[in-house]
Amino acid sequence: MLTGSILIFALVAILVAASFRSRKGTIQDRFWVLILGIAFPATVLLALLGYGLFVGERLLPRQGADVVQVAAEGRQWDWRFSYDDLPDQTTEGVLHIPAGRPVDVAITSADVVHSFWVPRLAGKMDAVPGRVNVLRIEADAPGTFAGLSAEFSGRGYNNFTFDVVAHDAAGWSNFLTGETE
Amino acid sequence: MNALQRHRKLDLVWASQPGFRGWFSTVNHNDLGRLFLITAFFFFLIGGLLAMLIRTQLATPGSAFAGPEIYNQIFTMHGTIMMFLFAIPTFEGLAVYLLPKILGSRDLAFPRLTAYGYWCYVFGGTMLLVSMVLGIAPDGGWFMYPPLTSSIYSPGINTDFWLIGITFVEISAIAAAVEITVTILKYRAPGMSLDKMPIFAWYALVTSLMILTGFPPLILGSILLELERAFGLPFFQADLGGDSLLWQHLFWLFGHPEVYIIFLPAAGVISTVLPVMCRTTLLGYGWIVAAAVALAFLSFGLWVHHMFTTGIPHMGLAFFSAASTLVAVPTGVQIFAWIGTMWKGRPELHLPMLHLLGFFVTFVIGGLTGVMVAVVPFDWQAHDTAFITAHLHYVLFGGFVFPMLAGIYYWLPHVTGRRRSFRLGELAFVLIFTGFHVTFLAMHWVGLMGQRRRISTYLPEDGWTTINLISSVGSFVIAIGFAIVILEVVLNTVSARRGGRNPWRAGTLEWAMPTPAPSYNFASLPHVTGRDPLTDDPKLPHALARGEGYLATPGQWRETLTVDIASGKPDFHVIYPGNTRLPILMAAVTGVFFLSLLLKFYWTVPLAVIGVAALVWRWVWALGRAEDLPAQDIGHGIALPNAASVDRSPGWWGSLFLLTANATFFGSLLFGFAFLWTVAPGWPPPVWFAPSMVELGLGIAGAGGSAVAIRMATRTNRQGAQPMFALGLGLVAVLILAAALGLLMLRAPSPDQHAYGATLLVLGGYGLFHACLTALMFAFLAARIARGFTSAARRAEFAIVRLWVDYMALVGTFILLMAHVTGISA
Ligand code: HEM
Ligand SMILES: [Cu+2]
Repeated sequence: MLTGSILIFALVAILVAASFRSRKGTIQDRFWVLILGIAFPATVLLALLGYGLFVGERLLPRQGADVVQVAAEGRQWDWRFSYDDLPDQTTEGVLHIPAGRPVDVAITSADVVHSFWVPRLAGKMDAVPGRVNVLRIEADAPGTFAGLSAEFSGRGYNNFTFDVVAHDAAGWSNFLTGETE
Repeated sequence: MNALQRHRKLDLVWASQPGFRGWFSTVNHNDLGRLFLITAFFFFLIGGLLAMLIRTQLATPGSAFAGPEIYNQIFTMHGTIMMFLFAIPTFEGLAVYLLPKILGSRDLAFPRLTAYGYWCYVFGGTMLLVSMVLGIAPDGGWFMYPPLTSSIYSPGINTDFWLIGITFVEISAIAAAVEITVTILKYRAPGMSLDKMPIFAWYALVTSLMILTGFPPLILGSILLELERAFGLPFFQADLGGDSLLWQHLFWLFGHPEVYIIFLPAAGVISTVLPVMCRTTLLGYGWIVAAAVALAFLSFGLWVHHMFTTGIPHMGLAFFSAASTLVAVPTGVQIFAWIGTMWKGRPELHLPMLHLLGFFVTFVIGGLTGVMVAVVPFDWQAHDTAFITAHLHYVLFGGFVFPMLAGIYYWLPHVTGRRRSFRLGELAFVLIFTGFHVTFLAMHWVGLMGQRRRISTYLPEDGWTTINLISSVGSFVIAIGFAIVILEVVLNTVSARRGGRNPWRAGTLEWAMPTPAPSYNFASLPHVTGRDPLTDDPKLPHALARGEGYLATPGQWRETLTVDIASGKPDFHVIYPGNTRLPILMAAVTGVFFLSLLLKFYWTVPLAVIGVAALVWRWVWALGRAEDLPAQDIGHGIALPNAASVDRSPGWWGSLFLLTANATFFGSLLFGFAFLWTVAPGWPPPVWFAPSMVELGLGIAGAGGSAVAIRMATRTNRQGAQPMFALGLGLVAVLILAAALGLLMLRAPSPDQHAYGATLLVLGGYGLFHACLTALMFAFLAARIARGFTSAARRAEFAIVRLWVDYMALVGTFILLMAHVTGISA
């Protein structure tokens, strides 16, 4: 995407610069408007759009046997996580997930609009009061990933962060049996 | 009569009062255009100062310069001032100053409205400034998302300043948009058909129509949120049938078109200045007009792309993503038509041209990053980071600030009548251009590294320190650049040498007058036969000064003429009102209304409403005369009827476009109702409205009756009789409808317990307001008849009232049906 942008920018820059030459060939009006003005952006955009939809499709939560269900509730200014596999436990500020398995995070808010974002795992999803949005995340390997709230939420917004801990299989079953923490 | 005598006589009629007292009573577009521009630039300086504070704060990690409480106010006010108090008013000012000149007319359609809009802008803007000085400025970000901005999470008065102050300022945007639309459609030089209109007028027309349809959703949203904050009507509270997403929809229904409302006037400046700088004509005039119109339509379908992360259904995402990338096509048409223009001509590197080059570079980059964020997966990453802030500044700075700087330098000789003799502008350009790119390229970069927008500080470990420092240094370079621009403009205004007419050898009519422009613009009005009248006939200015055009004989009134919209054939003779303090007075009383709401002095609210109504009455009363005016000779053997004795008077057109904005407002309200009903959690409501066939029947009969009555009145008047009976009938009918609507409001089920009842209350209030308004109009017409201000010929007021009555009858019926029928079906 970056290369494409640079190329387009270069094209425009060269055309603008070239207009200052004292001798230049005549180009028909229709060429400027129809070819450069309409056909060219349309082609580029179609390609880009197709790519976007294709990638977007893959990010979509899909049904599957081994999808782990967790829930995240934002509030000013911490996140509270709960787990379908562990009904009576919640964690604050740290979300535990298994590595290598798709996880669906059901996101909502207890007060104002927040946004759940773990840059290295997935895009953002807003936490809107009264609604539940589902975001699919997946960590390839065990580790700790920094998460942020990415929608302005007032005074405490600066430090409104959390962590996602991805466990290996053993660690995950330990967590489920309550041996972590 | 020679040219000088003609000038003296015209100036006597048109001039504002001398000295600073003239500022308060002027209704002349020359004065108001300049006042608008200077005020807007003043707000730009304040906004810029705030930007410097932001960059100071972010220059180093852990900065102790401002805590979050203050920082949140600073960036909110920066965004708010730049968007509402700088960008839009700059367009208004430019259009107010330029349009009558470039269209070959003497003033705008509604001079007093121009003044009223200006003063509303000044007073509303002052309210926001006061909040800032007192340290209680809005702090919820420039798009004010609830519930963060609801009374639970923002109990202070800060948010109210935003909601009330901005709504006040929006009055000026709507007023200016109505004014500009009617001016462009009707107030042109004879012979200027639509296809001969200067390109700037096309852009201004499209922009104004966009303001009329783009601002009402925001005004509605602000009113609803203020109602929620002040009276607990839960429009945005999920647990009471509201939905915070409703605000986001209403806001972005406005907010996205807003970007184009800002860009299109700038594009108009580019399309005007660029061909002159290249000594040629604009390539693809028709295509450019088509592209601007297409952009306007498309931009209303795009708002959802600001909400990609809110959990919009996947199909919706795909649709809006596609539509968002599609806008690049009409934008591309314009860009390449401009480049083609440069190829066609011989570009000369004057100062305005430098800024146009700055525009090309900056805007194209901004457009490309824009297309990137329109791709959903990328937006999920970039949303709410400094990358977005950087993108937005590339678009706004590239697409607005650079073209406007080009415009300032291009039209400065017109405003001052002097030639630029200090060569500071080139240096200023270099500083602004480099400073800008340093500042915001750096911000793209930290954004990609994950720096969120709107954070007041960060840690050294984040690794953003150096880049942020570079960015801040860049912003100070910009500031120095602007300081030089100001210095140069001031120096030029006070001390440069007088310049000749038409220094750029342009072809448009604004250069066909002496500079600085006289109060009446043209001593006589030109007849236009092409797009560049001045190129076709370089001697035109002298011919006009000698009185060889239309309306060459100065009379005792401010006069101009209007033309048929499409063909440009002259159709009516217009008499303008003269200097008056009514606009500033009315703006002040309007201010009392808003201030009372802000400070919760509810007992002064009705007083202010009555005050405004009384002033409106006087305002309209001052027009017209008590005897028929014969057809007026405008020269060249043409006589035109006066605008008071026609059916489609300027007032009618103004009402039509005001009602367009009004209908958009109503449409947004209906959208909100439907949205809550179908999408919000917390529905159905616990109690439904109890329908009443009697109220419904009587109300609809009242609506129908008033529509019939105004038709009867019009017919009777045309037959030369006094239609008092019909007017009385109309008044009674309206009052019946008003009663039905009032009962609806009274019986709306617990408005503070569920959004359903709250929405019914607002719908009823909307209808009731219009019913009262038309009742007032019926009474006004009766008073006019009694005083002899109407006759079979002087019938324009009947047509105007009919328009309002019909609208009121329509929405009144609709509202009653919605309440009672939904009550029955539930
Ligand atoms: C004079 C040079 C300018 C500088 C150095 C500047 C700098 C900034 C910075 C650093 C921010 C980010 C605040 C944050 O996220 O914490 C910002 C936000 C913003 N700026 Fe500017 N800006 C400038 C001019 C403008 C202009 C000309 C406009 C509009 C016409 C504008 C509109 C905005 C808006 C709408 C925001 C978003 C505010 C919000 O997040 O609520 N800025 N500006
Ligand atoms: Cu947008």
